Amino acid sequence: MTVVRGRVWKYGDNVSTDLIFPGQYTYTLRDPDEMARHVLENLDPRFAREVRPGDIIVAGRNWGCGSSREQAVTALKHAGVSAIIAKSFARIYFRNAINNGLLPVICPAAVEAIQAGETVEVDLRTWIVRCAAGEFPFAPLSPTVLEILQAGGLIPLLRRKLGTTPPEERP
Amino acid sequence: MAAKTFAEKALARAAGRTAVTAGEIVDVRPDVVLSHDNTAAIAQIFASLGVRRVWDPDRIVVVLDHAVPPPTPQHAQNHAEIRRFVRDQGIRHFYEVGRGICHQVVSEEALVLPGQVILGADSHTTHYGWMGAFGAGVGRSEVAALWATGELWLRVPDSMRIVLRGRLPFGVTTKDLCLKILGDLGTDGGLYLSVEFYGPALREWSLESRMVIPNMMAEFGVKNAYLPPDDAVFDWLAERLARRTGRPPAECRDRIAAGALYPDPDARYVAEHVVELDGLEPLVACPHDVDRVRPLREVAGTPIDYAFIGTCTNGRLEDIAAAVEVLRGRRVAPGVRLLVIPASQVVLQEALRRGYLATLVEAGAVIGVPGCGPCMGNHMGIPAPGEVVIASMNRNYRGRMGPRDAEIYLASPAVVAASAVTGVITDPREVVG
Repeated sequence: MTVVRGRVWKYGDNVSTDLIFPGQYTYTLRDPDEMARHVLENLDPRFAREVRPGDIIVAGRNWGCGSSREQAVTALKHAGVSAIIAKSFARIYFRNAINNGLLPVICPAAVEAIQAGETVEVDLRTWIVRCAAGEFPFAPLSPTVLEILQAGGLIPLLRRKLGTTPPEERP
Repeated sequence: MAAKTFAEKALARAAGRTAVTAGEIVDVRPDVVLSHDNTAAIAQIFASLGVRRVWDPDRIVVVLDHAVPPPTPQHAQNHAEIRRFVRDQGIRHFYEVGRGICHQVVSEEALVLPGQVILGADSHTTHYGWMGAFGAGVGRSEVAALWATGELWLRVPDSMRIVLRGRLPFGVTTKDLCLKILGDLGTDGGLYLSVEFYGPALREWSLESRMVIPNMMAEFGVKNAYLPPDDAVFDWLAERLARRTGRPPAECRDRIAAGALYPDPDARYVAEHVVELDGLEPLVACPHDVDRVRPLREVAGTPIDYAFIGTCTNGRLEDIAAAVEVLRGRRVAPGVRLLVIPASQVVLQEALRRGYLATLVEAGAVIGVPGCGPCMGNHMGIPAPGEVVIASMNRNYRGRMGPRDAEIYLASPAVVAASAVTGVITDPREVVG
């Protein structure tokens, strides 16, 4: 994960976890692909049908406010979303994104400049968002956070550190 | 050593360090790790780590509360998996269907104490700030990691001070105070921050009124919220800790008070916000954002279909008592439903003993099983699409209670009860007179 490139879906401020992954599915859906079929259904019913691998979400302030439900990250990841660029993230959502290897980028200027449907690039070597309107720098992620992200999330990283093998991969 | 905030002191202690500073990322070993109906899903992630036993079963708390009693076979299966997991792992602090909402139960059982750190797979884990503990919500993967290793990375937050001046007028509650803060500063006004509350009014408020504040600060975006603990907090917890552990109450109280943390007077705050309590009036959050706050008088008269009193924010005895005062001798308006869900079995029993439940039922209210009920759109009191709800909950985001098109207003329990009586959003002072 050094450069992430994708087509943009654009949304506004305060998109809550209730809009990203409705609470009614929270204890009954466990299959991430099935979760992906319901993602954003209360905000944009087209999204789950038309999202393509690599797509990027661009949003306003406080993306993912509300519940701690991690499915609001895993559902988007399994729908193929590669990054979320927002003016700000709700705190737990930001952690869940990092811990599941879904890149969160805080860059208010880029959010203002980017149009829905265009293709944008997030460069983690230079900490720059590139879009039609130009290049926008953002604050680098801390080394701790980057290490988790690069490992694909907290669980894969922990497995590596503990030297454990998940049961399904045991001979 | 430089002056420290509450968050810096609490996280230094939990990280086993002499001192930490805002902005640092530290590995924290929490005193308590909490999860609820999401425990089975967390257990699945935990199993994928290839670790067989949890790090310390005595520091893990599991409360079944979000969909109780289970509304579908899938929900029942979820609970069955959780029971199997807690039995296999030897987790003693497990609370069954009906015992109550996790934050209420953990408080009532004195499972976490002032100065301690609790991390929970629930956004309202900020709740424990009422007793001066550091409570922060985390995700499912993080709880799985905590179960395996006992530690987790946390960024030490910057801190904000909210200073409360004066006294709340009659009929104005700490729920209104929270709505005031959210309305003025927005749902991201406290993003990533530790928010500390100060002011002489705090000591005068009941513990139940205090509990509303850090709970609702989850809606402010905070990492944690803090109220300085006092004798009332120590006494309340000591009584419950003594009951649960069989230790002498005085010994429990000493231990609890010794653990309390207070920030240094000259600690560094990135922001300070003053609330003049004397000028506050009853407030309402309008659909579909918690910070769309307006004075009650401006939305009074809005017709409602459904009124709901309960949740970890406002489902305690004091909240039910406020509703009883409004409903005694009155009836829920025709065409309107009123649902009341006590936050715990303890609250339910006390409401029963005091005759509150009889008054509520005579007024036409429906009483639910202690738990989270319809607050997250799972079951037991879902509104129909297009209906208007007034609730004592903490969130009104679109789709929160299930249907996308239900409109949710948030207010204090007395306002919810008064609205149930008249069928329109109503100031309780007009009903009770």
